[in-house]
Amino acid sequence: MAASSRSQAISLYKMLLRESRKFPSYNYRTYALRRVRDAFRENRTVQDPQLVHSLLEEGHQNLQLIQRQVTVGQLYKAQKLIVE
Amino acid sequence: PDRERDIFQRTGLLSETAIGNNRFTEMEQELGRDEPRPLYMDFQTGPLLWPYCFRNDPRVLDAMLPYQVNFYGNPHSRTHAYGWESESAMEKARKQVADLIGADPREIVFTSGATESNNMAVKGVVRFYGQKKRHVITTQTEHKCVLDSCRVLESEGFSVTYLPVQSNGLIDLELLDKSIRPDTSLVSIMTINNEIGVKQPIRDIGHLCRSRGVFFHTDGAQAVGKIPLNVTELNIDLMSISAHKIYGPKGVGALFVRRRPRVRLEPLQSGGGQERGLRSGTVPTPLAVGLGAACSIAQAEMVYDHQRVSALAQRLMHKITSQIPDVILNGDPDQRYPGCVNLSFAYVEGESLLMALKDVALSSGSACTSASLEPSYVLRAIGADEDLAHSSIRYFYYYCDYYPLWEMVQEGIDIKSIKWTQH
Repeated sequence: MAASSRSQAISLYKMLLRESRKFPSYNYRTYALRRVRDAFRENRTVQDPQLVHSLLEEGHQNLQLIQRQVTVGQLYKAQKLIVE
Repeated sequence: PDRERDIFQRTGLLSETAIGNNRFTEMEQELGRDEPRPLYMDFQTGPLLWPYCFRNDPRVLDAMLPYQVNFYGNPHSRTHAYGWESESAMEKARKQVADLIGADPREIVFTSGATESNNMAVKGVVRFYGQKKRHVITTQTEHKCVLDSCRVLESEGFSVTYLPVQSNGLIDLELLDKSIRPDTSLVSIMTINNEIGVKQPIRDIGHLCRSRGVFFHTDGAQAVGKIPLNVTELNIDLMSISAHKIYGPKGVGALFVRRRPRVRLEPLQSGGGQERGLRSGTVPTPLAVGLGAACSIAQAEMVYDHQRVSALAQRLMHKITSQIPDVILNGDPDQRYPGCVNLSFAYVEGESLLMALKDVALSSGSACTSASLEPSYVLRAIGADEDLAHSSIRYFYYYCDYYPLWEMVQEGIDIKSIKWTQH
């Protein structure tokens, strides 16, 4: 069980990062990437299966949110920022 | 491409450009199609049409969209499902706001923003208790809406004390103690100043007001969601909240009005009796939902964001002060919110410096006062020299990820300051 939830977490992490890279807005993109990395790093040592399950659930919901917002962002694109 | 744009504009099709095309805002037309857009670092106000910055957190937008698209019922309609679901969304948002500040949901009143909340609090409370209590206390560094409301009250015959602040921007508690009279009804002092970022000693002020039987109102627009606030612990009776300062939508805010001990106020807006009769008018469900979502996100991310903002602010301060002489930080260095940095560059005029830094959108003074060329009244209140007040720039940022910026800003500032001192 622990192995499968670990692999679930890893695949969720990869999916989140992949979706976050699609944000057209520099700000949202960098924030999402950073936040996802920091959140997974922070919760690396969690053992309690209930907590793991609820965190994974939250991760999936965030993934869907990112997918929706990436779409919205692509509909209303603006020019690139000067830092880009 | 320009001809194309002309045609679009003339035929009125510009606003309905097809999905995937760029939208031409005023700024883009000014800049020219290919020039990159400047960075928006002025997070404390909202002047630009097209916010690059993180002003609308995508999580907030995601919470709001269903209520713009499908669930568009009026939350005050009691007779159908659309109304019920709007109402339950509104009540959920109310609970989210209340949880952020440690209040009861029944103590939250949705308004159109912190300006309206401040107006309601100052004018409403003072007028309600106006038979016996004729005195109000505020500070010289408050937001314009509070100062202006006090001016209106003065014209109605109330007497107002505008407390001076010390040179570090903090008020003197003893002076406040001495200023409270038996006929004082309200003390209004903002938690974190929007121009210099100074954090007032709210706990002590609240304690003092409670012990003297005076209502304490604080404009928490810049503080809510950024620092932990509990209205019961801090003895706050009224607090203004603004959604767009915490990445919510513009056009909505809230006012916390304590129920125990009860704070009564005369409503500014009369009508159908919504919001406990204190603020009539249909509550804008999508905006309220946005405010609620913004509050719950702010609560969850408070610690993480505070660390990040402090790190970025330190880096900014260090880089600027180590490379440029004669830079002054306005406001107390310790009792502050790290994300608001107000710097004065000696010998450099603020507005020109801003225009020279064309790649960064900042503000000199605050948005409400930046239209006039007068130096900021807040800086004057803390005793800054006239010429330094003219040359202050405020950097305020939050989720900023602009690492390569600092190097650019260095070059920009260096060049400009050298040029100016040669005059």
